Amino acid sequence: MSGASPAEIVRFAAGAIIAHPLRSGLTSLGVVIGVAAVVMMTSIGLGAQKRVTDTISGLGSNLIIVTPLQPRTAGGVMGGAGSGQSLSDADTVAIQRQVQGAAAVAPSVTGMAQVTADGANWNTSIVGVTPEYLEARDLTVASGRMFDDRDARQGRKVAVLGPTVVTQLWGEADPIGKRIRIRGAPFEVVGVLGSKGQSSFGRDQDDLILAPLETVRSRIIGRRIKADSVQTIYVKAVSEEELGTVQEEIDAVLRAEHKIQPGEDDDFQTQNLASILEASRAAIGAFTVLLAAIAAVSLVVGGVGIMNIMLVAVTERTREIGLRMALGARRRDVLTQFALESVALSLVGGLIGLGIGLLGAAGIAAIGNWPFALPVWAIPVALSFSSLVGLVFGAYPAWRAARLDPIEALRRE
Amino acid sequence: MIQIEDLTKTYVMGEETVTALDGVSLSIARGESIAIIGPSGSGKSTLMNILGGLDRPSRGRYRFEGDEVARFSDDQLADFRNRRIGFVFQSFQLLPRLSALQNVELPMVYAGAAPRARRERAAELLERVGLGSRMGHRPNQLSGGQQQRVAIARSLANQPDLLLADEPTGALDSATGVEVLGLFQKLNTEGLTVVLVTHDRGVADAARRRIAFRDGRVTEDVRS
Repeated sequence: MSGASPAEIVRFAAGAIIAHPLRSGLTSLGVVIGVAAVVMMTSIGLGAQKRVTDTISGLGSNLIIVTPLQPRTAGGVMGGAGSGQSLSDADTVAIQRQVQGAAAVAPSVTGMAQVTADGANWNTSIVGVTPEYLEARDLTVASGRMFDDRDARQGRKVAVLGPTVVTQLWGEADPIGKRIRIRGAPFEVVGVLGSKGQSSFGRDQDDLILAPLETVRSRIIGRRIKADSVQTIYVKAVSEEELGTVQEEIDAVLRAEHKIQPGEDDDFQTQNLASILEASRAAIGAFTVLLAAIAAVSLVVGGVGIMNIMLVAVTERTREIGLRMALGARRRDVLTQFALESVALSLVGGLIGLGIGLLGAAGIAAIGNWPFALPVWAIPVALSFSSLVGLVFGAYPAWRAARLDPIEALRRE
Repeated sequence: MIQIEDLTKTYVMGEETVTALDGVSLSIARGESIAIIGPSGSGKSTLMNILGGLDRPSRGRYRFEGDEVARFSDDQLADFRNRRIGFVFQSFQLLPRLSALQNVELPMVYAGAAPRARRERAAELLERVGLGSRMGHRPNQLSGGQQQRVAIARSLANQPDLLLADEPTGALDSATGVEVLGLFQKLNTEGLTVVLVTHDRGVADAARRRIAFRDGRVTEDVRS
């Protein structure tokens, strides 16, 4: 004896759903919203991760950033990165000499200053660097040249401009050879940097002027810092694999240089981009999971909605259930029919929610100038999760239907 | 075909125990036409439910073609109802969403019949009850008499051994009722065993054997 084929039970379940399109639609709505919310949150989170990755990689590849750190004071308060003056030219030289895997070591100081040229003026960052800076930060010179060690030794007042500064001061004109005044001191423009564009956090990476380290220190920043102090040392490792080793070597060299005893805190900080990237990604990932989990609560609410309607349906269709049993439906057939109904309601809701969620995420990405990330795994997860919701919340109503006494059920009006 | 011995059914309702059937014994032979009569509460519906495998007796034996039906599992009872029994109810009990043809197909779906075969058989049965031109109609597009004929066609779907009809003319006007009774008589003369449950003497007269019930016992069992 074979019994009803699964295909027939599916047909019965589908028939009942199609018989009440409005009610079925409203029942699925909870799952639609739940799945759409989960998909949207996940997609936005992935987009944010992508954006952060792009931004941080844009700083330069295989980069280690060394910044001063004020040692912990008695009160345990820590100074912010860059607030100290513990790094000096001697540290740069020590790293250059002693750290094997360092491809480029670039010290820098930065100050804001007013720049004037041919009647126009602009406020921008003046970055005092050595020629190695270009290599360390993956920068290029689009026209003219970078100043060299001789310019630096001779204390020449030469500058390489970011494209934004050029546009602000002259518009389209070629600035090479022109004179500018930074805080009143005359500089000659010898080169223009290639554009790096907007950083994804909205900061214009082309809005800066590079000048020799010594010149900027003495002319622009002046008395606020010690004569040999540097604010940041960028160290480019020869390869990604060497990053960790290079970072450890820098730590060792600087501790020796600063005569820090074992057990004492460092007065500097080294960060490698890979670990910054990893930390940011992990933070955003955790945040995304949190958002998705909150959104998943609405999926559960959707499941309760399905359960509610299925219980109503079992009550309404008690006579139908009794009749089916009288005609030879086994309890299992009735159970399957009702369980399938709720799974189908939930699954269709999941499909629609998936579509809405992806459209919504793409829309937000378009409006917010945000990279759109398609969470590929979200598709099977959303669909299996919504089926699961239907199964879990449909199980009890289906069980109730299957336990009905056929005589009682047939008698019901 | 059927032997029942000392069949007893008791229900617990609150603190009271109600005895619906009180030690009923009788046998039914293949091809008989039987009317079970009695006032409501006499136990006739309970007997029909047990005969049809919708209910189990509290005590006693129910042998159907040698099988002890009282000891069947739920699934065995479902298959028993599906294969051996055809039910006809007072209120027709057609599924409103389905066409006449689909309603007749229903028992065959649960028997696992192939779609084409069961559609042909359902069409043939509807022809037999005179509804060949109404197969695609839904129950609400059919008159009461037509609906009951669809129900009769459905009861015959899996070629049952026993047709059980509970007040089959109760919801019909008398002229239509006579037509439906005529259909039962025709099926009976073709060899089908028919058991009608009714409180209407006129309906009972259409059967060749009459069993009267009162307070869960047989008070009369006569052949005409």
